[in-house]
Amino acid sequence: MTEPLIRVAGLGLSIHDMPILQDVSLDIAPGRVTALVGESGSGKSMTALALIGLLPEGSQTTGTATLDRRDLLTLPERAWLDLRGNDIGMIFQEPMTALNPVQTIGAQVSETLRLRGTGRAEAERIARDRLDRVGLAHVPLDRYPHQLSGGQRQRVCIAMVIARRPRLLIADEPTTALDVTTQAGILALLRDLVEEQGMALLLITHDLGVVARTADHVAVMQTGRIVEQGATEALFRTHAHPYTRDLLAASRPAPRQPRAHATAPVLETRAVTRRYGATTAVDAVSFTLHRGESLGLVGESGCGKSTLTRALLGLEPVQGGEIALMGAPGGTAMTNAQRARLSVVFQDPYGSFDPRWTVARIVTEPFHLTGRPQDARARAAKALEQVGLSASDLAKYPHEFSGGQRQRIAIARALITEPEVLVLDEAVSALDVRVRAQVLRLLDDLQARLGLAYLFISHDLTVVRAICDRVLVMQNGRFVEDGSIAQVWSAPQSDYTAELIAAAPTIPDSWLTS
Amino acid sequence: MRGAMAIGVVLTAVFTLAAAVSLAWVPYDVARLDISQRLLPPSLAHPLGTDHFGRDMVSMLMEGARTSIAVALVAVGIGVGAGVPLGLWAAANRGGWLDEVIMRANDLIFAFPSLVIAILITAVFGPSAVNAILAIGIFNIPVFARVARGGALPLWTLDYIMAARVAGKGRARISAEHILPNIANLLIVQATIQFSLGILAEAALSYVGLGAQPPTASWGRMLADAQTMIYTEPQLAVLPGLAIVAMVLGLNLLGDGLRDALDPRLRRRAL
Repeated sequence: MTEPLIRVAGLGLSIHDMPILQDVSLDIAPGRVTALVGESGSGKSMTALALIGLLPEGSQTTGTATLDRRDLLTLPERAWLDLRGNDIGMIFQEPMTALNPVQTIGAQVSETLRLRGTGRAEAERIARDRLDRVGLAHVPLDRYPHQLSGGQRQRVCIAMVIARRPRLLIADEPTTALDVTTQAGILALLRDLVEEQGMALLLITHDLGVVARTADHVAVMQTGRIVEQGATEALFRTHAHPYTRDLLAASRPAPRQPRAHATAPVLETRAVTRRYGATTAVDAVSFTLHRGESLGLVGESGCGKSTLTRALLGLEPVQGGEIALMGAPGGTAMTNAQRARLSVVFQDPYGSFDPRWTVARIVTEPFHLTGRPQDARARAAKALEQVGLSASDLAKYPHEFSGGQRQRIAIARALITEPEVLVLDEAVSALDVRVRAQVLRLLDDLQARLGLAYLFISHDLTVVRAICDRVLVMQNGRFVEDGSIAQVWSAPQSDYTAELIAAAPTIPDSWLTS
Repeated sequence: MRGAMAIGVVLTAVFTLAAAVSLAWVPYDVARLDISQRLLPPSLAHPLGTDHFGRDMVSMLMEGARTSIAVALVAVGIGVGAGVPLGLWAAANRGGWLDEVIMRANDLIFAFPSLVIAILITAVFGPSAVNAILAIGIFNIPVFARVARGGALPLWTLDYIMAARVAGKGRARISAEHILPNIANLLIVQATIQFSLGILAEAALSYVGLGAQPPTASWGRMLADAQTMIYTEPQLAVLPGLAIVAMVLGLNLLGDGLRDALDPRLRRRAL
């Protein structure tokens, strides 16, 4: 191995005397992709912030991080001003907020150069060159961020950081907010830049598939420590540490065995169309969901799946077609009694509950539809027990629970009116992989016990494969695919589905069969 | 930061207490004039002396505090009572014609100079404490409507509001159950700020003779009465002036402190 660019040795960090990192040692080599992988709270982002001198107030570090014989951890802020951007650059998760909305992209890319005294014309020439390099050759310099897509904005961010050719690029979850097809492009671009410029890339991610596809060297972090590190393929093949083994298992949930279900339709749409002014968000879509069936709805952002969901829930009217729930008119035409047969679980485990309400009040809120029964509290307790929580949680507030537990509360709230159909809107997308695996098992178990029908909306094909019998793929407001899981994966009907499957970052099967 | 809030709490508490005590007891009756006792220097009997009509300054200031607080409190009540429901209603119908009508009506009120309109109202309907309250209260309505709407709008996009809608709850019910409790901190902070502005407005109206009428004591009129003697008896102007400054300062410090204490974002940063 070549001489490392940065050698981190025994890095420890505490913030206001709260220990965050312990004994983190890592070599970051030029021309290579080093990945830090772990679940939320594992300390991977803090490690990165320590390397670029942006730790929050009240931080105290021990150990060293050496670049050019200088210890980065003890540098004064003045020295950092020189180092940041020049030697070390960073890109973030959210390209929507990382750019200044009132400046053109040309001005933002060239600004990083002009700060160091490059002339305006020269800076603009370099900005053009870098934007060409990141694949935005067709985008003029005078465009504003809002005129670009999420993927294009992330490319602008990359162009900004590579403008001064840093030796280390830190990428903190650079593709987590992007669609899979966009993600594949960004990862390929980062990989190319590393090889072409001999730059070191520190890639921070929770996604083992992304690691497998991109990284040369992986360090697995858990609760502030590196539990295992090594060359990517070797580490995946041996996965010596039990934590790594857990993560690997959880991130590759087994495809579900085909399950028989009744042929009685519970939720049906016929040629449902929803228009906003001149744009058609949902274009004449038809599907049937049967009792006890699990139907996946897959698509990238803006494909119309959220609009369709709101129409199904009766939150928005449709301009054409029909929705039927249990044979009666659905959508906005539903009566309260019918609405009680259809429940929903949302994505965000933090935004799903009123922070000032107790769990008891949250879980019993849907009784508004049916009238509050005498035994409301007992039924709330039963719903909590069904999702693996206990009756003693009724008096607690949402902030006392972890993300996974909150999602269980959301499921309990959805179950309380004993519905036929559960709409799961990206319900496991915000969870860490191990928690996600647990919630998926719970959903599978609930379906087998209660005979629920699921409409499982997701952008993540791996998850859909693990929980669904059948899948619909949506693009530009239409369904381009409708078939059983096995059929769609072996012989997709549309090119778009094939592209989605190919773009999803996965760990090669050959790495895991020993 | 904590110290500033403590000062705010103490100042506000002192004047509120003085006003509360004056409801039951004041050292001397301020309605009784006694020229023989005029312009006495501070003494045990009159700790802050007496004014040009022989009224005890301590009693005057206590009653003045009561007038100021009563006028400002009721004016804030009008603002909250009318403004908050309007703002919540506008937010629940965001983008609709109702939102448009409510907010443009707000802009209309904002466009008038508040003190001039207050003078107009009291000039037409006669000077009195009640008219001063109404005049100040009306201008509080758009302030609270704006704060309520601004606080409510981001909440309407959250999943728990969506969940409540799926549970069949109407907009009014969601506004009352979910939105209002979650914007209460914004409203409390705004209320302290409007309260201090109300005290200033009441003082200004009384100063020009359009507020509470004699024999009710008022800080603003004490200032006006004292201005002819500002060179010979400066304490008669300085004392009510100081009272106004201290009360407004106290409320502002309290408001700032409450904002920091109630805003979870600021609180997290402080940790």
